[in-house]
Amino acid sequence: MPIYELTTPIAEDDVRKLRVNDLIYITGTIFTARDEAHERALEWFKANKPLPIDPTGLAVFHCGPIVRQMKEGWEMIAAGPTTSTRMEMFEDKFIEAFQVRVIIGKGGMGSKTATAMKKVGAVYGAFTGGAAVLAAKAVRRITDVAWLDLGMPEALWIMEVERFGPLIVAIDATGENLFERVQTSVEKNREKAYKLAGI
Amino acid sequence: MRASELEDVFVTLLRLAVTDLPQDVVNSLEQALKLESNSTAQSQLEAIIENIKLARQRSIPMCQDTGIQIFYLTVGSKFPLISEIPQILENAVRKGTQEIPLRPNTVNPLFHKNPGDNTGRYIPWINWKIVKGNDLQITAFPKGGGSENVCQLRMLTPGQGLKGMKQFVIDAVIETGAKACPPIIIGIGIGGGADICMKLAKEQLLRPVGQRHPDQRIADMEEELLEAINKTGIGPMGLGGDTTSLDVHIDFAMRHPASFPVGLAVQCWAARRASATITSEGRVEFTSHRVE
Repeated sequence: MPIYELTTPIAEDDVRKLRVNDLIYITGTIFTARDEAHERALEWFKANKPLPIDPTGLAVFHCGPIVRQMKEGWEMIAAGPTTSTRMEMFEDKFIEAFQVRVIIGKGGMGSKTATAMKKVGAVYGAFTGGAAVLAAKAVRRITDVAWLDLGMPEALWIMEVERFGPLIVAIDATGENLFERVQTSVEKNREKAYKLAGI
Repeated sequence: MRASELEDVFVTLLRLAVTDLPQDVVNSLEQALKLESNSTAQSQLEAIIENIKLARQRSIPMCQDTGIQIFYLTVGSKFPLISEIPQILENAVRKGTQEIPLRPNTVNPLFHKNPGDNTGRYIPWINWKIVKGNDLQITAFPKGGGSENVCQLRMLTPGQGLKGMKQFVIDAVIETGAKACPPIIIGIGIGGGADICMKLAKEQLLRPVGQRHPDQRIADMEEELLEAINKTGIGPMGLGGDTTSLDVHIDFAMRHPASFPVGLAVQCWAARRASATITSEGRVEFTSHRVE
């Protein structure tokens, strides 16, 4: 499988050439956002309030990490992805509002997100679910945190990463969706599974 | 046996559970990687195995979702401190949250507040069994949200019976897809009632991977369902492949003539559990992990 190294801010052309099943590694700045951070970011966008970070060309990570407060700053302990489908109701608007280039998460996303990715130029990178230490290992440092009032998992953690990955491109900017492809073949296997179980 | 000693053992159990997978789970993941034919699936299993090794080496949680804290206790009626165990467990969870650390995961469902220490109303949750004897057997079972969200209950009719159970399980796994971080372990509880079958289903997740039910007929059913589920091609993380489930465990209780309840509990690959036996004199043996 082809492997790509991306550095933030990522240019539109660099994500448009990626295809489903490619492997990518990201170096630069990424930030976490879960359900509540998505909701608040979109509220702020509506109110013309700038986000705590300029998101253009960055990667958003669906993640509620474990972090430890140090004398100065924060240490990333564990940072695996959370289930992305919960953000499906926000993500198309989020991509269009903030021009982020990579959405990182697990479990894939739906057609609304894929359509926005095609339109704006963005991809979905699947990070191995639960591989939180592998992810934390790629975090060079936490540069800032905002919205801590939402709690540690829901806050917006901004971090500098080095070769964050491997991420499997699971939705590309042509709108192709690996999870849907797998679902189609799983659907074809349903009867075989029934038969093996004696149904 | 002092309360503070017991608390230390409980904190150790929490630490072992979230930082180090039992060897039966690791072995089955390594075996799956050997047999896997899909290259994307191989990349996911490799990442999982690498992650487990890193977590073990560094003694930090393998997954950022360190779960809701659940304990299974089998207590001898002569074990001292029985009535103090809930308070000691709560203290241990608070301490573990700071020291290990665990992600503060308890949220008030009505009023939204997170106390920040993994405790609160009914949590940590304790499953009690009181037996004759002097010892305490305890398992820490931190349960992550991703796999908990896809657990299901189905009240089948007796006419639908076992075939209906199998179809329910296969359909539920297909519907679940990538959500529960496959490869998953599946626990199935049949009979009893709505709550009883769910409880049985979840208890099956404590059984080591590869350990079959002692009743051969049920053991055969477990193997049959495992093969069927792995035929779906969902694969690790739902990205396609041969490895969707590491094991299927089934148990049952007697049912009402009119009911056929089936509970389905799902566990992600990070099948975290840690067990110990503590005698009334305070001797401790860790039974799920090798402890120096």
